[in-house]
Amino acid sequence: MTLVLDPRHVAAIRRHGEADYPAEACGLIGGALEGDRKVAVQLVPLMNQRTDSARNRYLIDPESFRRAQEKLERDGLDVIGVYHSHPDHPPAPSAFDREHAWPWLSYVIVGVGHGRAGELKSWVLAHDRGTFDEEPITSEERKVVWQ
Amino acid sequence: MAVTVLIPTPLRPFVGGRDTLELEGGSVGELLDRLTGEHAALKPHLFATDGRLRSFVNVYVNDRDIRQLAQRETPVQSGDTVSIIPSIAGGTAVADVLPKLSHEEILRYSRHLILPDVGVEGQQKLKAARVLLVGAGGLGSPAALYLAAAGVGTLGLVDFDVVDKTNLQRQILHGTSTVGVSKLESATARIHDLNPNVRVETFETRLTSENALDIIREFDIVADGTDNFPTRYLVNDACVLLDKPNVYGSIFRFEGQASVFYARQGPCYRCLYSEPPPPGLVPSCAEGGVLGVLPGIIGSIQAMETIKLILGAGQPLIGRLVLFDALKLQFRELKLEKDPDCPVCGAHPTVTELIDYQAFCGIGAEPAYDGAEITAEELRDEWQRNPELVVIDVREPHEHEIAHIDGAVLIPLGELPDRLGELDGHREIVTHCHHGARSLKALEILKAAGFSKVRSLRGGIDAWAVNVDPSLPRY
Repeated sequence: MTLVLDPRHVAAIRRHGEADYPAEACGLIGGALEGDRKVAVQLVPLMNQRTDSARNRYLIDPESFRRAQEKLERDGLDVIGVYHSHPDHPPAPSAFDREHAWPWLSYVIVGVGHGRAGELKSWVLAHDRGTFDEEPITSEERKVVWQ
Repeated sequence: MAVTVLIPTPLRPFVGGRDTLELEGGSVGELLDRLTGEHAALKPHLFATDGRLRSFVNVYVNDRDIRQLAQRETPVQSGDTVSIIPSIAGGTAVADVLPKLSHEEILRYSRHLILPDVGVEGQQKLKAARVLLVGAGGLGSPAALYLAAAGVGTLGLVDFDVVDKTNLQRQILHGTSTVGVSKLESATARIHDLNPNVRVETFETRLTSENALDIIREFDIVADGTDNFPTRYLVNDACVLLDKPNVYGSIFRFEGQASVFYARQGPCYRCLYSEPPPPGLVPSCAEGGVLGVLPGIIGSIQAMETIKLILGAGQPLIGRLVLFDALKLQFRELKLEKDPDCPVCGAHPTVTELIDYQAFCGIGAEPAYDGAEITAEELRDEWQRNPELVVIDVREPHEHEIAHIDGAVLIPLGELPDRLGELDGHREIVTHCHHGARSLKALEILKAAGFSKVRSLRGGIDAWAVNVDPSLPRY
């Protein structure tokens, strides 16, 4: 599968990572499945719920997830992925990320070194939970059809 | 009849792409067993290898989390909706961030390690944590002891006092053997005896606008155990400016309060009390007294909230104020709102650096009492020469019962304005209280009423007991 992000989504994820640095930023990606492409339509930036170690942990609690999901469903969208930042670490999933991951969802990670956002990568959990595999990201400007 | 089970997007590929299933079962456990029985590939995503539901898998029956109901035993009936709701967690590699536990620590903290909400990672977080206690007195004592026992890695202590015998009725960090020793020295020895793994960093100073930011910056969480308003506002403002949680407690006589002020997520102390009370309105513990167990309860609540913040467990006391009444043994809770116009944590703050908190609290330079005070020795000599001299004891009757100066007339401060008629304005008058503060207020009342020959005993009956009459007990 491929994750399709609009350049504006990429810019927004990087900005969120920079704004919350040195804490981890996080949010959900709403979109739709089109064949073997997960197409992002809308980002839902969320508050990192961790009070204890927000520098190296993020948490989206079930209530926030549920509210975001309901909001997306009203627009005919699903949660297709999650994004979060790795302050001063590369955009690769940690063992902790893998242990806590859900299958199918795209896990987009942006590295933020010294407050500057860098590379963006997307990862998907293998169905046997054994590995976290990189998933291609395609950047496509979304055509907005006005009705 | 069946129960509707809602499947979140990430799990739909395992159930043929469907978003709802109709399943039979009498409890959540039975439904989940049926679900994973029919779709075996789901199992590793919902359950850990030990068979327990994974921590990030949340199951709701209608609108309620089964963790708040009967977990797997939660009954379900036809028409109910069971939703599987993800929580999403992750983060950077943790192994190089959290310190390892030694064998000794694993044994010491075993009752924590077997708690699901603490575990090894929680204990490592406690070890990595740096907590600053402002004040090693009534509130700081239980807080320091419990935080040290719990394995908080670094405790900072700010205090500049020496252990006094009157402290021991409540300040259980200190002991009879450390009377006269600096509180920081006494506290460090006690903490190390309790848990030698704790690093104690001491700041033998009064917390001031000049040093507060530098001291607090180095810590993750501040527990405020101060007994005065200027320092309380100082701690609050410094914590807001540095984005640190401030675990607050205060006590008076039989009542206490506690809250967690964390401006990032809720209100701060100034949202609750934008202005300090006028000086002298709220008596300190030294003036008003305090039940010794009370700081034990409030300080323990502060330790508990500090540990919850470190662990990220439960609901922190952010946005709530707990009021405790010891005589009724009653806890009440008030909801606190963030004040959008708060001068320090509001949308347009006017306080952007630390200010002069003494002046803010109306505590200016002491008014001049030149010639209006008299020392204990001077009073003794003058009283011997002039037996007509009147000594007025303005303390409360229950203090008079503890110790009194023979020949002094008891007129409690509150009754003084109504009992001026009992006094002879032609005679020399000396007012006295416990330490010499209330007697100055009495002096002002008398002067305002036209009495001219009035003085106040400096240091109160305490100075009298030390310098004139050692047979009197000090309190």
